[in-house]
Amino acid sequence: MNMQSPLLSVRDLKVWFDIKRQGAMPWTPTDTLKAVDGVDFDLMPGETLGIVGESGCGKSTLARAIMRMVPAEAGTVMWLDDDLLQLNHHDMREHRKEMQMIFQDPLASLNPRMTIGQIVAEPLKTHHPGLSPSEVKDRVREVLDRVGILPNMINRYPHEFSGGQCQRIGIARALIVKPQLIICDEPVSALDVSIQAQVINLLMEIQEEMGLSLIFIAHDLSVVKHISTRVMVLYLGNVVEISEAEQLYRSPGHPYTEALISAVPIPDPTAEASKEVMILDADLPSPLNPPSGCVFRTRCPIAGPECAETKPSLTDRGNGQQVACHKR
Amino acid sequence: MNDRLAQPFQQPKTREIAERMAEDVKGRSLWADARRRFVANRAAMVSVVVLTLIVLFSLFGQAISEYDIETIDWDVLGNVATAGKPSISNGHYFGFDENGRDLYNRVVQGSRISLAVGVIGALVAVIVGTIYGATAGFIGGRVDSIMMRLVDIFMSIPYMFVLILLLVVAGRSITMIFVGIGLTAWLDMSRIVRGQTLSIKNREFVEAAIAIGVPTWRIIIRHIVPNLLGVVVVYATLLVPQMILTESFISFLGLGVQEPFTSWGALLSEGTKTMNYGTLWHLAFPLFFFVVTIFCFFFIGDGLRDALDPKDR
Repeated sequence: MNMQSPLLSVRDLKVWFDIKRQGAMPWTPTDTLKAVDGVDFDLMPGETLGIVGESGCGKSTLARAIMRMVPAEAGTVMWLDDDLLQLNHHDMREHRKEMQMIFQDPLASLNPRMTIGQIVAEPLKTHHPGLSPSEVKDRVREVLDRVGILPNMINRYPHEFSGGQCQRIGIARALIVKPQLIICDEPVSALDVSIQAQVINLLMEIQEEMGLSLIFIAHDLSVVKHISTRVMVLYLGNVVEISEAEQLYRSPGHPYTEALISAVPIPDPTAEASKEVMILDADLPSPLNPPSGCVFRTRCPIAGPECAETKPSLTDRGNGQQVACHKR
Repeated sequence: MNDRLAQPFQQPKTREIAERMAEDVKGRSLWADARRRFVANRAAMVSVVVLTLIVLFSLFGQAISEYDIETIDWDVLGNVATAGKPSISNGHYFGFDENGRDLYNRVVQGSRISLAVGVIGALVAVIVGTIYGATAGFIGGRVDSIMMRLVDIFMSIPYMFVLILLLVVAGRSITMIFVGIGLTAWLDMSRIVRGQTLSIKNREFVEAAIAIGVPTWRIIIRHIVPNLLGVVVVYATLLVPQMILTESFISFLGLGVQEPFTSWGALLSEGTKTMNYGTLWHLAFPLFFFVVTIFCFFFIGDGLRDALDPKDR
């Protein structure tokens, strides 16, 4: 572990949504959906944190809460020396140029009525309104060039590009203000595999050049393994494990991580056929009514009576691998 | 932060190719696509031409006539059915009206008022309705509830009743018609726009703009409004004939524009009163312009809808 101070430090972040029951009267109390329920992690400068977990486990909500796009219930998000959750709108806007986001659906994240030149220029115009139009244009061309889009395409519209190109444009838009952190919310899950590799390699190259930190959300474990320095596994809004990527894949600490990793297909038919997949019983419990104690216990092969009583906290196993499990 | 911004990006990869293709490529916007589809729609294009002619007629029609809207020809008065027939030779192309005035000039002037009411009414509806609806939809929550309940309340007031009351109390004038129509026309529009905004608001590009830190009003103007303009434009073209019909109805009741000025509704009203005396042209000429204009607007509205929303055809 390095001794640098973290760029981003999240403590006990909770995001709760009020859900109105179907056909409820206006005065009946709403149900609370705990989408993110007490997440802690640190992100070092230049590091890539992968976030994995199945659908609905709170990955995207966590990212949006850090960006203050959904209101957080409790917790702190320290960005260098400021708590982002306590900032007013004006100060938050100042910080937005330091962190940018890349979205899942490449085409949907670009406004169909704007040219890609206008789209990529928007963050620059928002955060550096003093730049002259020709300076803006030069920088747009430069960043498009960097992500592998011909700069003379700036007058084209998003629907004239392929999915991979649209995602490159999305990356250009995130890069143009030279941020320190980019949050990638499943940036490659809508792309086919060969394009995925190109986009991920582009992200890694740029990260190296600019010393960027990345938060990389995905449900594809092999992609996450390729890009991440550390990986965080979420289950029902709770962190079940954080560890160095290598360590996590070599010896998963938490039974849930183990199950996830055993489910990754191996690109070799014989190995794939003989591989033992750990199949979890039952379905994902409703986040409206999560199990008591350890949220994973209803599907856990090694759960014992103590798991129903107290929620396990993340404990360091000595090598930087933090696992939230009573049994391990 | 600024010196960080000034650092160049490394490894220009595509510059070489770009230099070979030095010219910027011109993109084809969704608007350009829609324009192509609209131009290909024959009924809509014919309507545009006809409507343009009617507008030109209403603006410059008096230039080819030597008469005006209010001079009474005493020789014809009382004998309109026989002496007041339309005639090219004496310059009274549409004949005389019941009071011995030149009908051609009256139709020209009536067209001008009716079209102005239609266009200005629709314009007010578009501007006020779009801003109101987009704001309510985008901000959402309590603001949205209050703003939309207000619209509900306005809508529950019988609108024709208010308009008639307004004209009776404040006196008959064309300004009052504009005010009365403008007051109510934006309500439907704001509802439609709000609904559209709610669906656009959750699209990823709006989320991206929020993440970038674009101020709310800029998101509404740059991201929301251009994407709902298609619906707005279609609705506005269908609103124009509706406004014209409202004005005509008011004028038909005798509450519209004041003499000597006139409008299609007022002309039609006079025409129906006298049609039993054999002066059918009193009804025929204004009716022709009225019907043709309204058809044109409907065809153009249909054409625009097909052009802007190819998925919904």
